[in-house]
Amino acid sequence: MEGTFTHREEDHARQFLQWYELMLTIRRFEEQTIEWYQRGLIGGSLHPAIGQEAIAVGALDAVRPTDYMTMTYRGRGQALAKGASLEGVMAEVLGKASGLCKGKGGPMHITDVTHGIIGANAIVAAGIPIAVGAALAAHLAGDGRIAVTFFGDGAVNQGVFHEALNLAAIWTLPIVFVCENNLYSEMTPIREMVKNEAVSERAAAYRIPAAVVDGNDVAAVAETVGMAIDRARSGGGPTFIEALTYRFVGHMVGDPETYRSREEVAQWREKDPILQARRRIEAEGWATPESLTALDDRVTARIRTAAEQVLQAPEPDLEERLADVY
Amino acid sequence: MSISDTDRTMAQALNDALREEMERDPRVFLMGEDIGHYGGVFGVTRGLFAQFGPERVRDTPISESGFIGAAIGAAAAGWRPVVEIMWIDFAMVAMDQIVNQAAKMRYMSGGQLKIPLVIRTQEGAGRGNGAQHSQSLESMFAQVPGLKVVAPSNPRDAKALLKAAIREDSPVLFIEHKLLYGFRGPVLPTDEVVPLGIASVVRPGSDVTILSLSRMVHFCLEAAQKLANMGIEAEVIDLRSVQPWDIDAVAKSVQKTGRLVIVHEAHRSFGWGAEIAATLAERGFDHLLAPIRRVCSDDVPFPYNRQLERAVMPDPQRIVTTVQELLRDYP
Ligand SMILES: Cc1ncc(C[n+]2csc(CCOP(=O)(O)OP(=O)(O)O)c2C)c(N)n1
Ligand SMILES: [Mg+2]
Repeated sequence: MEGTFTHREEDHARQFLQWYELMLTIRRFEEQTIEWYQRGLIGGSLHPAIGQEAIAVGALDAVRPTDYMTMTYRGRGQALAKGASLEGVMAEVLGKASGLCKGKGGPMHITDVTHGIIGANAIVAAGIPIAVGAALAAHLAGDGRIAVTFFGDGAVNQGVFHEALNLAAIWTLPIVFVCENNLYSEMTPIREMVKNEAVSERAAAYRIPAAVVDGNDVAAVAETVGMAIDRARSGGGPTFIEALTYRFVGHMVGDPETYRSREEVAQWREKDPILQARRRIEAEGWATPESLTALDDRVTARIRTAAEQVLQAPEPDLEERLADVY
Repeated sequence: MSISDTDRTMAQALNDALREEMERDPRVFLMGEDIGHYGGVFGVTRGLFAQFGPERVRDTPISESGFIGAAIGAAAAGWRPVVEIMWIDFAMVAMDQIVNQAAKMRYMSGGQLKIPLVIRTQEGAGRGNGAQHSQSLESMFAQVPGLKVVAPSNPRDAKALLKAAIREDSPVLFIEHKLLYGFRGPVLPTDEVVPLGIASVVRPGSDVTILSLSRMVHFCLEAAQKLANMGIEAEVIDLRSVQPWDIDAVAKSVQKTGRLVIVHEAHRSFGWGAEIAATLAERGFDHLLAPIRRVCSDDVPFPYNRQLERAVMPDPQRIVTTVQELLRDYP
């Protein structure tokens, strides 16, 4: 009995360390791209997910590579957590020929069909019905796949959000709606834009079960979304998960952040998902501080190596601009 | 191959195409409002629900963005949805999904995704439906790279082009005409597929080329008959696809006739006729003996009153007059 317990405990420790490493990878990845953005190497706007890593990692824990996913312009962490290659995503952010989308999508449109990532969207809420359609495909095929769609709190005020929830409900589709409620949509507090206490209340209007979870607690996210995934896979239909979180940086790089106080940001930084995970690992004795530092160094080195390699990669051929239209 | 003597209405021909494609390919399925049990408000999907069941002939709520989005997701996952948008005017509520999503996903993904989606819809004035149910909006969609746009004028083309559209790996706006559903004509019982982007010469002539599509082809043929009685031989071309459009066929005809009149029910300004005129201008006027003329709907919303509506739209007499003046001024 005791042996079994230890074994399970070991599994749990290993899994937690994997989550920690993946969250850290996303954090370092985002930091690297912010640096690139500030050096003028990235076009348009860049929307980092720093502070929200536990949702990507936890929610995708039980998701398979063959499952479908849509996400937003803030979704590079989710792409990595779904299995997309680090170099492929990085190269796409830089618009390189070796990018997942040959440099034609950019940071807001990461797509990786081999990992079920059918697209990140720069139109608020637009990826939600598309994920519903992927879930419909899975339903028609009866192939046991499910779909997960990530969107922000701001998306719940778009008409197509409601249309998509209703479709998933009436057709009992295998999908999990994951709302990353980071309290702001761009510069506007969500509490000023909805009357609801929790945005997930809206799911009830469509008879979709909903849960609110601490989005900065990777284990809690994994457990809650995991149950929703099980329900979807076993034919139980859609679930709505509202993951409460906070982005530690601006809406986009360069955001002056005049709409929130330093104190508010500092308070939330105390709840940093990566810091919390580290404290937990240390408290449980799952790893020594030294080995965690070594892990941190390993992740940093991996990002640096990939970054150096991708920076050298060639630009797309100019002829490429005319390909892939039809 | 000879044309069968089995005449079909446009609605029946479209229905045949849907049925045959659904029988051929299990990945083809239909979605739309009232298309299931009821068979579609114009009867195009009649009988398909009974044959294929509710999974493949799927009634939807009145959520055009939602179900076009869902069709896009299903297409990205390897299915071949055919969606009915009851009136093209309603496609306007789903423009994000059509223009920002369906049209761009292949490109934005660097070719990883294919979106084999057909959006069947109908357009056109002449039925007193008022401003929100009478528009011809093909030019608007033709402006978006990534979309193909087709508008057949007769049952045979409708069937063959719809089959081609369903086999396309790109999103296709398949635009029917509300006043042509009852129009009868021969169809081929065989598996004829007309590739998109190929015009057809529906009446040969030597004095002037009249170019149009959809219902206006019939107006042009009527005009051509009247002109023939006056000794003017008009060549009537049915463009069939607006995107891609058959520049070679148009150029070849103009080379022969030296005169071009473009007729469309879409509004004149920035309509597809302007694109064709501009393209011919860019190629040089070498073969043109006369300026290009357009007979189009006025740049106003379609009025309800029947007389006003008729006056806004092209009609055969206006086509005749335009051709006569052209030949008088540029003999
Ligand atoms: C349809 C649409 N309207 C407006 C915008 C501009 N915009 C980009 S992000 C954003 C805020 C979205 O907030 P939320 O959904 O909470 O996501 P978050 O950025 O917080 O992750 C807005 C308004 C857009 N991209 N699309
Ligand atoms: Mg937000």
